[in-house]
Amino acid sequence: MKKYSAFGLLRNALSYNEKWPEAWRSPEPKRKYDVVIVGGGGHGLATAYYLAKEHGVQNIAVLEKGWIGGGNTGRNTTIVRSNYLWTEAALLYEKSLKLWEDLSQDLNYNVMFSQRGVYNLAHSLQDVRDIERRVSANRLNGIDAEFVAPEQLKKNIPGLRVTANSRYPVLGASLQRRGGVARHDAVAWGYARAADQRGVDIIQQCEVTGIRREGGKVIGVDTTRGAIAADKVGVVVAGHASVLADMAGIRLPIESHPLQAFVSEPLKPVLDTVVMSNGVHGYISQSDKGELVIGAGIDSYNGYGQRGSFHTIEHTMQAIIELFPAFSRVRMLRQWGGIVDTCPDACPIISKTPVSGLYFNCGWGTGGFKATPGSGWAFAHTIAEDRSHELNAAFDLQRFTSGALIDEHGAAGVAH
Amino acid sequence: MLLIKCPWCGNRAESEFNYGGEAGIARPANPDTLTDAEWADYLFMRKNPKGLHQEQWNHAQGCRRWFNAERDTVTYRFTRTWRIGEAPSSTRDVDS
Repeated sequence: MKKYSAFGLLRNALSYNEKWPEAWRSPEPKRKYDVVIVGGGGHGLATAYYLAKEHGVQNIAVLEKGWIGGGNTGRNTTIVRSNYLWTEAALLYEKSLKLWEDLSQDLNYNVMFSQRGVYNLAHSLQDVRDIERRVSANRLNGIDAEFVAPEQLKKNIPGLRVTANSRYPVLGASLQRRGGVARHDAVAWGYARAADQRGVDIIQQCEVTGIRREGGKVIGVDTTRGAIAADKVGVVVAGHASVLADMAGIRLPIESHPLQAFVSEPLKPVLDTVVMSNGVHGYISQSDKGELVIGAGIDSYNGYGQRGSFHTIEHTMQAIIELFPAFSRVRMLRQWGGIVDTCPDACPIISKTPVSGLYFNCGWGTGGFKATPGSGWAFAHTIAEDRSHELNAAFDLQRFTSGALIDEHGAAGVAH
Repeated sequence: MLLIKCPWCGNRAESEFNYGGEAGIARPANPDTLTDAEWADYLFMRKNPKGLHQEQWNHAQGCRRWFNAERDTVTYRFTRTWRIGEAPSSTRDVDS
């Protein structure tokens, strides 16, 4: 596999870009692997990559029922931040953010990570207090955070309506300058290419239909392309965790919901940062192509349909226009939905299971994209060592029995 | 927007309703005797099926009463709704 470089760009330009090699192979599945990862999204591919890179596992397959990055990895609004309230969550997301900062070099693939800052708005005195508390908690954990007063917000974000007498007045915001956005499908492609280079078999169009067990231990999976034996199986299938858990006879505290997002027609640069509001339920940034990228809260009902209800779209647009009145005449170009697996405490599960050799990484709710590198890193450790890393020890499935929940509704809530 | 048949009021728009999650989760009769695992199962574990799901809805902007519903979580189509405490009809209004 050739390394991507400026010289390579030039050389391939001379041959009219017709001689680029494929970024990863499409091998036939082998009969047996040491580790099978179910789910070829960002988290699954990152898991395979770190298993090969950090833990020296040689014989790995990633099974994807559709195509690489065609699920939630390609459906989110690409926001990356680590300003979570509780130490357990903050350290996990901060590990991820640190990996993001070197990811393009590490993968030799431009994931277009842009640290343009992330603002979380306060609309009430209670919001201000909560945000000041979270900013302080972040700083104690070594995570950059600052409180921005309304006068400064007006200067930093000219389009934002900062008035004291609107229905949802903006009374300040938290700012994480190291937060930002990344190109979501490049993350999947970059991890896929880098994992493939280390010998990982990426098998697309291969849906897992059963999890084979024998004496309380996993022995492989049934797929639409035949049975595949495996010593260990890691399941990381955002949107279908309960379906896979059901195959292994495991109960999960997860409910799947539709989450919608939108992009507008491309505009000239109008917004050079990310603005999120839990109060009015919306978040917005501008892509490098110029589209406004907008997301909102989940549809209330359980759903696997990758679409939601229209009144949720209206609600989101009301929130955005409340914040940015000038966007009222912007036309929306595309709208879509993904399925998010939500946990009762708005925190993920990266855990061993009652079945030996079977591991689950799920429940990221509405905000899994930002965690892609850290999630894969911690899950790879959990699978390779058969025990949690200290970063994800608190995210064990057992916390729902012990009661040691990590209530991140304040920092996670709507805004992801 | 979904069209939801309230067992008291008939068909109304989804925006009149609140969702109440999985139906038929019985509160433990003897809470004192429950193990931690049984508590976890009651409080947190959910079926979350891909397909027909029995769930609770509240007609919050209408008669304000709770009722049960069966709905397909892939097509989102409601197959039948019935009042709390009653048995669902043996036939479905529509196929999922």
